[in-house]
Amino acid sequence: MTAPELVPYWVEWLAALLLVASGVMALTGAVGLVRLKNFFQRMHPPALGATLATWCACGASLAYFSALRGGPVVQPWLVVILLCITVPITTILLARTALFRQRAAGDGAPPALSQAPDGRRVDETGRAVGDAGADLP
Amino acid sequence: MSDTLQWAIFFALGCYVLGMMLTLRRLLQGPSAQDRIQALDYLYILGMLVVLVLGLRYSSDMYFEVALLIALFGFVSSSALAKFLLRGEVIE
Repeated sequence: MTAPELVPYWVEWLAALLLVASGVMALTGAVGLVRLKNFFQRMHPPALGATLATWCACGASLAYFSALRGGPVVQPWLVVILLCITVPITTILLARTALFRQRAAGDGAPPALSQAPDGRRVDETGRAVGDAGADLP
Repeated sequence: MSDTLQWAIFFALGCYVLGMMLTLRRLLQGPSAQDRIQALDYLYILGMLVVLVLGLRYSSDMYFEVALLIALFGFVSSSALAKFLLRGEVIE
């Protein structure tokens, strides 16, 4: 390389180690997404990519750019914080979708446990289910 | 940039691309719509990781904004699709 060596050697090693870990985690998540048997098992492997793989990649960027710029760099934290907020929302929505659709298809999903404010049992879409209101006064 | 970091960057990119191919398989074969949405969501995350690592490769700050945007679009699209499957419309 022709560029001058600005970054300490140990920082490059740390970034390299984190990048390798990130690649392995992301690949593990993808393999799990393909190999596991049903949808509710397959919900779990992508979380590995969204958390550990992203944290490792952002940690590598953080270490490398902080050493390169000679001061703290904050942009990688934004990615981590954004994913911390958004990924659980997507996961919950997908889980509710899968429960609702499998129940509607009669696919052996567990029954709805949510309750409306007046005590009726409702499914994921907020509609009343079955004759759950029958035991109300 | 040392050879070690170059090698690690190419290894990580190769892992991401391999993971994208596996995820694409899940996206194409389904079997249900929620499986496809989840595979699409994971594709977005892997694409964001590729952009992050490319930013490291080219030592540029611009890639962080791109990664942030990809993460945001991934969230919006997959939550909108999940909401559509749940209620039949996205915004009520």
